[in-house]
Amino acid sequence: MAKALNSALMNEMELDPDVVVLGEDVGINGGVFRITEGLHERFGDERVMDTPLAESGIVGFSIGMALAGMKPVAEMQFMGFMWPALDQLSSHASRLRNRTQGRFSVPLVVRSPYGGGVRALEHHAESFESILAHIPGLKTVIPSDAYDAKGLLISSIRDPDPVVFLEPKRLYRLGKMEVPDEAYTVDIGKAKLLREGTDLTLVGWGSMMPKLVKAAELVSSKGIDAEVIDVRSISPYDERTVNSSVEKTGRLVVVQEAPRTLGFASEIITRAQEDIIDSFKAPAVRVTGFDVPFPFYKMEGWAMPDLDRIVKGMREVLTW
Amino acid sequence: MSITSSSGSGPSGNDGRAFSASRLTYQEVSFLEPRECISEDCEFYQIIDEEGSLVSEDPGYDEELLKEMYWWMLFGRMADEKAIKLQRQGRLGTYAPGKGQEAAQVGSALAMEDHDWLFPAFRELPSYMIRGLPFEYNLLYFMGDVRGNRVPEGTRSLPIFVPVSTQVPIAAGFAYARRSKGADSAVLCYLGDGGTSEGDFHEGMNFAGVFGAPVVYVVQNNQWAISVSRKRQTASRTIAQKGVAYGFPGIYVDGNDILAVYKVTREALERARRGEGPTMIEAFTYRRLMHTTADDPLRYRTEEEQNEWERKDPLKRFRLFLEKRGIWTEEWEGELRKKAKELIKGSVEYAESLPGLEPEDLFKFLYGEMPEDLVEQLKYLKKSIANREIQEDASEIQGGFP
Repeated sequence: MAKALNSALMNEMELDPDVVVLGEDVGINGGVFRITEGLHERFGDERVMDTPLAESGIVGFSIGMALAGMKPVAEMQFMGFMWPALDQLSSHASRLRNRTQGRFSVPLVVRSPYGGGVRALEHHAESFESILAHIPGLKTVIPSDAYDAKGLLISSIRDPDPVVFLEPKRLYRLGKMEVPDEAYTVDIGKAKLLREGTDLTLVGWGSMMPKLVKAAELVSSKGIDAEVIDVRSISPYDERTVNSSVEKTGRLVVVQEAPRTLGFASEIITRAQEDIIDSFKAPAVRVTGFDVPFPFYKMEGWAMPDLDRIVKGMREVLTW
Repeated sequence: MSITSSSGSGPSGNDGRAFSASRLTYQEVSFLEPRECISEDCEFYQIIDEEGSLVSEDPGYDEELLKEMYWWMLFGRMADEKAIKLQRQGRLGTYAPGKGQEAAQVGSALAMEDHDWLFPAFRELPSYMIRGLPFEYNLLYFMGDVRGNRVPEGTRSLPIFVPVSTQVPIAAGFAYARRSKGADSAVLCYLGDGGTSEGDFHEGMNFAGVFGAPVVYVVQNNQWAISVSRKRQTASRTIAQKGVAYGFPGIYVDGNDILAVYKVTREALERARRGEGPTMIEAFTYRRLMHTTADDPLRYRTEEEQNEWERKDPLKRFRLFLEKRGIWTEEWEGELRKKAKELIKGSVEYAESLPGLEPEDLFKFLYGEMPEDLVEQLKYLKKSIANREIQEDASEIQGGFP
């Protein structure tokens, strides 16, 4: 996925001179996860800007660049350090179009690695995507494989509105997948069916998706046929795809790495209940992180939903 | 439904301009050396004193420019008074008056060229008008009508920024990007003394310095952030010295002296356009009235203090100066007041007669394209408005339940 993201940035910077990458260590160093590797060499200081170490400043400065007609792609080095930028995102990026009735707009992408599972230091493994989805006017996109990562990032850069693009860092270098060299897009706001099934619907995003697919394969040996959906963006959220799947299967399990309370899993379940409560054969189940700060890494295995908890969640909706 | 405007003139036909002064070629001011605004005995730059007498070299501005300055200060004050009156009558929401800061605002805004851009805070009414935003927009804004925020095409200004100092990094990025796209214009960004305590102030100034953005920050040090005095915002001797810390000039100027403000802002903007980077200007002034109409300043400051600043009032001082020059006469003042009253009346009438907003206005401008969720929420709202059965003051409900 890391290479696909790099390829997306390469493509878009070549195609559009207004695309500019900025952030901490994105220049000569190529980013701490090497997502911007080679960009500085290719496009120079003007378009690949190492900035002072200041998240609100980076996003605020990027908003100004976007207002002036550029297409900044700002990097937040880790999601845990993104909090200071939330003021700029929610007070300005997300609402300048709205509060000027369309006179101004902010075509901005804020990329950030998120999530745990890589034995990172504290403050380096947060997942607060539901907080972003709660901000009207922002889009929150989260890919789970290399192909989508590239296509969704390109779509995000071309989007006329601000997009927060969250990269599951556990998947940066997990597995291999062929991705086209040329630019292509994947629509924002469309969920993807990863596996068809009839017995239950298993929904997630980002870092959880490989586990969901594996869980579905495991239970298939017991004759259980699970449908697996990657929502790919939580704002906008593709309610139609998820709800029609649940209409078919009658059972819903939503998995999220983030803390349990007020996570996006709650929203997915609520939307399904409002829309198709008659289709439910069992109460929906959430498999989530806990309502604790993401722990030091010796305990991260407990904090994150694992295969066991996911399979047991599936068993719960099947045996109710 | 929508208010649109061309060439900066408002729907009421009121662009507020009484004069079109030709700008003078700027004469160099010698910038205060950085150390001077740090030392204990530093003094601000001043051209005319409280009695309207010259204390520095006469910058030699032509009469039309001087008259334009006075017009905008007077108009700003009269419009401000009207807005407060409207608020007291319940015709306008909470309003932030600018009385006492007209020299800092008009002086800096008039120093801009047409192709420069303004980043407002929220208390700079005459400055917005000088940029081409008709008064009715400001009225609409404080009447809670979003249409007051739809800056007309061709008006090179962002809308009001309410969260304090959040505009500072944005203005830096905007200025930087315009420059790298080949524009030779500069950006002027307002903030206040309280704003200099915010993290975004620091981050924005730092970015501006590092990237050499063509931006001029005009800090209106009006001594009060609601009830907290300037002394509680910073232990620095001046605010101007903070500019120096970020690697660019910090200028300490008498903010109640319009000639001084105009002169230093013009030089700072030219400096920015020449590619020499940002400047910060501390305009030392005073908020003579409440923070907003919801505030009572006598809870935290004395009448003596307020009276002292009445003596230093920028409008009075400039009038004395113009009178000495034979430019200001009672008769001229009468003409200006009459014209201002008419313009204000036209704007109030326009703002109060604008047709109502529609439920669509709540949703349709959030994204370039309205997402399905919002389409659904709009439908729901429209239906609930059309089929409303229960009023907010209802004490019982009719019909079966369920």
